[in-house]
Amino acid sequence: MTEEVNAVVEKISPEAHAAYERIHASDDFARLKKAYTGFVVPMTLAFLVWYLLNVLCSNYASGFMNTYLFGNINVALVFGLLQFVTTFGIAYWYAKYSVQKMDPIADALRDDFENEVER
Amino acid sequence: MNLTTLTLVQADGDSAGHQGLTMSLFILVVLVTVAITFWASRNTKTARDYYAGGRSFSGVQNGFAIGGDYMSAASFLGISGAIALSGYDGFLYSIGFLVAWLVALLLVAELLRNSGRFTMADQLAYRMKQRPVRTAAATSTIIVSIFYLLAQMVGAGALVALLLGVEGDSAKNITIAGVGVLMIFYVVLGGMKGTTWVQIVKAILLMFGTILITILVLAKFNFHLSDLLGTAADNSGHGKAFLEPGLKYGADTTSKIDFISLGLALVLGTAGLPHILVRFYTVPTARQARQSVLWAIGLIGAFYLMTLVLGFGAAALVTGAEKDQIAASGGNLASPLLAQAVGGGTDSTGGAVLLALISAVAFATILAVVAGLTLTSASSVAHDLYANVWKKGEVTGAEEVKVARIAAFAIGAVAIALAIPGQKLNVAFLVALAFAVAASANLPALLYNLFWKRFNTRGAVWSIYGGLISAVGLVFFSPTVSGSDSALFTSADFDWFPLSNPGIISIPLGFLLGYIGTVTSKETDSHDRFAELEVRSLTGAGAEK
Repeated sequence: MTEEVNAVVEKISPEAHAAYERIHASDDFARLKKAYTGFVVPMTLAFLVWYLLNVLCSNYASGFMNTYLFGNINVALVFGLLQFVTTFGIAYWYAKYSVQKMDPIADALRDDFENEVER
Repeated sequence: MNLTTLTLVQADGDSAGHQGLTMSLFILVVLVTVAITFWASRNTKTARDYYAGGRSFSGVQNGFAIGGDYMSAASFLGISGAIALSGYDGFLYSIGFLVAWLVALLLVAELLRNSGRFTMADQLAYRMKQRPVRTAAATSTIIVSIFYLLAQMVGAGALVALLLGVEGDSAKNITIAGVGVLMIFYVVLGGMKGTTWVQIVKAILLMFGTILITILVLAKFNFHLSDLLGTAADNSGHGKAFLEPGLKYGADTTSKIDFISLGLALVLGTAGLPHILVRFYTVPTARQARQSVLWAIGLIGAFYLMTLVLGFGAAALVTGAEKDQIAASGGNLASPLLAQAVGGGTDSTGGAVLLALISAVAFATILAVVAGLTLTSASSVAHDLYANVWKKGEVTGAEEVKVARIAAFAIGAVAIALAIPGQKLNVAFLVALAFAVAASANLPALLYNLFWKRFNTRGAVWSIYGGLISAVGLVFFSPTVSGSDSALFTSADFDWFPLSNPGIISIPLGFLLGYIGTVTSKETDSHDRFAELEVRSLTGAGAEK
């Protein structure tokens, strides 16, 4: 390792390093990581595709987008407003999900770490 | 009654009274924010106070501050203006700017809070060679922030000059210099605490003002959205096409690709904006960071829904000379003039009061955003370039804060010096460029660093500089800089890149260069600390308190 590497990063004690490595290898951490990626990866793909679909339809599906549903409300406007609905919905869903599935594991692991390192 | 003649006379005649009211409200905004800054400065002692507001803000407070930081003049004035002029195509800004927050919520906010300290570079350099990565991240931070800062200041100059009815370049120059001096004052004295409270107050004012105008507009149509849209379409001069996509971007293949490019930059830029990222450091825990994004999504979403009403409302209700004024301002005056119209029109007290109120809100908006941007750049200069690159970490917090204050002065001075000759620059163009650079240079490095074990120093440096140079370079060779009538240099002609937004090329390039840089480097040191980074970012174990 050259001298420059990590020269100014906060120094991590050997105990802290060992604790990080142990937690990283634990089943609980694997569960936490799975709970996290299992939610955010498909959700990110979904909302990006959904958003780009709105952009692409605006460009290339004018017949569909310009269909009037009632009065002056057309599909394009409803599509755009649905982006707001899905954004609020995903945010709310993530708030519920993270409190139930992620936070308890994260809290326990953090407590372990603090007990291990600070004593 | 001939409305056009009346309003033309009006514009020259007794508008002095309205401007007196506007001026008084502007002064009130300045006094309140200055008082907040003095109050906050008494509690700003350590580097942690100065850079991160002592990490003492709650999720709700930080959510409002994020809203205050994000809903810039470009949003408040620019988006409603874009909708007023281009109809549905302007609405894409609202959609993209909101959906972008899901990237921040799901992928960035909590992990960054747990693994970073004061700046974006803290996170990016976590497991890398410090000096090259910090230098790259600081360069990108400063460039993105300066573009954004210029947009706000140029906008402030044009807006204030128009609203106060002062004419000529000297008035605009004085306005820009005045805004610059104020932002230096907030940042030097108040640090993150002062800046955050200014942003919170501004967000409340902005929401209040926007809700008021939205209700007044909807009331004119008995809360029938369809009637509002119909009137907007009729009065826009475009008919139904005003409510349909393609009015601005549907002309040919190039403009359609430009639309996709813009859409990408909008949705991917937010989570790479340094002045937004540092806001996550002002809360005590990752959970509060999550809460702040949830609040921000609620506020920003509600706000952008209302910009739809403001934009279509301006198209429907603002007529005559004011309608021409909206077009002449590139849309920027749509909201203030709409406020005047729903208050009763140009010669009414109600109109004058609402115009003054909304102008003051716009002014508060500009002040809060420029303060956040100046603080972010100054922090990066002091913490990344001075303390870590130059002094290799051998500095005390007090020295860092001193340098940050000097840097805030310098950046403020540079911003004033650039904004005065840069007044010809288009505000929306500068903001879109800042988003494109953030999405191309910062987001790839942030995501790779958090999620890809193999990512290393060369990958980080290549993706940051690659995204930065390609985004800025492509814009330089685009029709916004030369070769078209609306370009910066109308006489020159070097616009070989056809799109005005570089995102569709530069964002994938940032990701690609990060990948190539990583796999061609033999460095493995960055892998050693990945387990630590992963545990720390997901659990908060060992995170900065």
